[in-house]
Amino acid sequence: MESGPIDHLIFLGKRLLQATLVMFVISLIGFSIQDNLGDPLRELLGQSVSEAERQALRDQMGLNDPFLVQYGRFLSKAVQGDLGDSYFFKRPALDVIADKFIATLELVIGATLIIVFISVPMGCYCAIKPNGWISRAVMGISIVGISIPVFLTAIFCIYLFSVELGWMPSFGRGETTAPFGWESGFFNVDGLVHLVLPSISLASIMLPLFIRLIRSEMMEVLESEYIRFAWAKGLNKYRVWFLHALKNTLLPVITVGGVQIGTMLAYTILTETVFQWPGMGFLFLEAVNRVDTPLIIAYIIVVGLIFVVTNTVVDVIYTLVNPTVRIAGKAS
Amino acid sequence: MTAPRMMALRAFLASDFIYRFRRDKVALVSFLVLLAFVLAGLLAPVLAPFDPYDPASIDIMNSEIPPVWTDGATDPQFLLGTDAQGRDMLSTILYGTRISLTIGIFAVMLQMVLGISIGLLSGYVGGRVDAFFMRLADIQLSLSTLMVAIVALAVFQAAFGTELYSDLAIFMLIMVIGIAEWPQYARTIRASVLAEKHKEYVDAARVIGLGPGRIMVRHVLPNTLSPLLVISTVQVANAIISEAALSFLGLGMPVTKPSLGSLINSGFEFIFSGSWWITLIPSVVLVVLILTINLLGDWLRDVLNPKLYKG
Repeated sequence: MESGPIDHLIFLGKRLLQATLVMFVISLIGFSIQDNLGDPLRELLGQSVSEAERQALRDQMGLNDPFLVQYGRFLSKAVQGDLGDSYFFKRPALDVIADKFIATLELVIGATLIIVFISVPMGCYCAIKPNGWISRAVMGISIVGISIPVFLTAIFCIYLFSVELGWMPSFGRGETTAPFGWESGFFNVDGLVHLVLPSISLASIMLPLFIRLIRSEMMEVLESEYIRFAWAKGLNKYRVWFLHALKNTLLPVITVGGVQIGTMLAYTILTETVFQWPGMGFLFLEAVNRVDTPLIIAYIIVVGLIFVVTNTVVDVIYTLVNPTVRIAGKAS
Repeated sequence: MTAPRMMALRAFLASDFIYRFRRDKVALVSFLVLLAFVLAGLLAPVLAPFDPYDPASIDIMNSEIPPVWTDGATDPQFLLGTDAQGRDMLSTILYGTRISLTIGIFAVMLQMVLGISIGLLSGYVGGRVDAFFMRLADIQLSLSTLMVAIVALAVFQAAFGTELYSDLAIFMLIMVIGIAEWPQYARTIRASVLAEKHKEYVDAARVIGLGPGRIMVRHVLPNTLSPLLVISTVQVANAIISEAALSFLGLGMPVTKPSLGSLINSGFEFIFSGSWWITLIPSVVLVVLILTINLLGDWLRDVLNPKLYKG
């Protein structure tokens, strides 16, 4: 069925509406957490202030206003990027998160590189030679890989490479330098060495998934008409596999990959905890232990935003790239 | 009464399903290992040499005793050694397996109840109800389960305080993991309902005057069982992994009533000082448990879904 540019615009509009709605719900959740968790007055004043003064301050800060009024205030501040000051760091919560964001991003980039460079060749190989012993071994190992939780991979890595062999550092981010204006471990050896084990651990959980996905997608593509036609035309086998087949294999893989970026963020919390990696996830758990409400809310909103943005972008790109996709909401 | 049952049993034993099960060594071994785990979990109070929940049976003087097969100061009383508090590892692991399995199974039951009801409703009623629930499912699936669970439990923990939270942990884990994953079931059921809805037997049931509820539950639902069975195995494995991850982060079961995840967490700091068994033994148990469930799930998918690729 043909879908014109108008359909795409409508689709885009719907997706944006949905994204806004989700962010709205997340902000509502964030706000009700703020409302119920801890008393901002205690953080500000301590114990030695009389009840009357407290009430006066409550009125002044608007804590006695109706829920909707307070929520409106929270929302208008949030839209301007003000999610309050962290109780512990005494700085704007968003700034604190922004500082840690790079560290988490490094992990995600490291893991993504590992996943891409291993899963694509392996998945293709397993699809092209499904009955070879290497393919069987890869598939067998991949189900073991799926069964090992990410924090266990991390612990095994530390035990083997740091404690027993002493090859790798077991925690922290190592040295960071800032040649381009932001502190990163990407630009020096120590930082990169520290990145190896956490990235491997983070990649380990997704790698089997992607190998399996690429394999099954590619097997399906290899069965299709146009590939048979390409064979019949007498094309070179590498051209058929890696040009014609791989292209259509990667399309659905990219969608799944986009969605998995969000999932990966959840796993960064685990990886960062094991490796004491000073990223957002580690920060979040510390904030939870300290009942640092503004920081907890800021984290929830930032993560929610990352999820919503990646999902929307992936959806939109997918419909643009793949003309055969049926746009949701339209009966076939 | 018994005769038809015997016949049904005999027919089941002679079925293709059982035949293929017997032929497949991986499936057979996985099933036996899983059965052993379930029995160990059920019989933990009988099998365990000590009661890890009873502070009187724990002596701090016995802490960090290595397993019997290693060199060093072992104690034949403690087959797998003891943890940092002097608890017998074997008993703690048995009880931990029990808790992990309980949470996994109950969480999946909750997912099933929610998912099946919503999926049936969505598929049968269609229209706006369907659109609403499926959007909701999309959104919920786009936010990763683990992320939602971590955030939800973290907030509950901060709100309740650690004391109260540790008493409620098992219910909270079941609720959070259960609620977070309903879309998996709802989507599968809905797809099956849409496929079955216009078949003749459904028309026939309608013609003889059965109500929609009865048609859904008694006629359509049984035809969606095989995909249900396949996702259920994977879901139980996932629920156990999620529970372990949450407990590892300190958001799940407390150290006094450890699941496998919290055991691994409590032993983690000791691998640096050489007491590897506190972490590694429960880790191996956890991985084997999840692996057997996943292998069974894979096998079920191959057998029940011949359309899919093998492997």
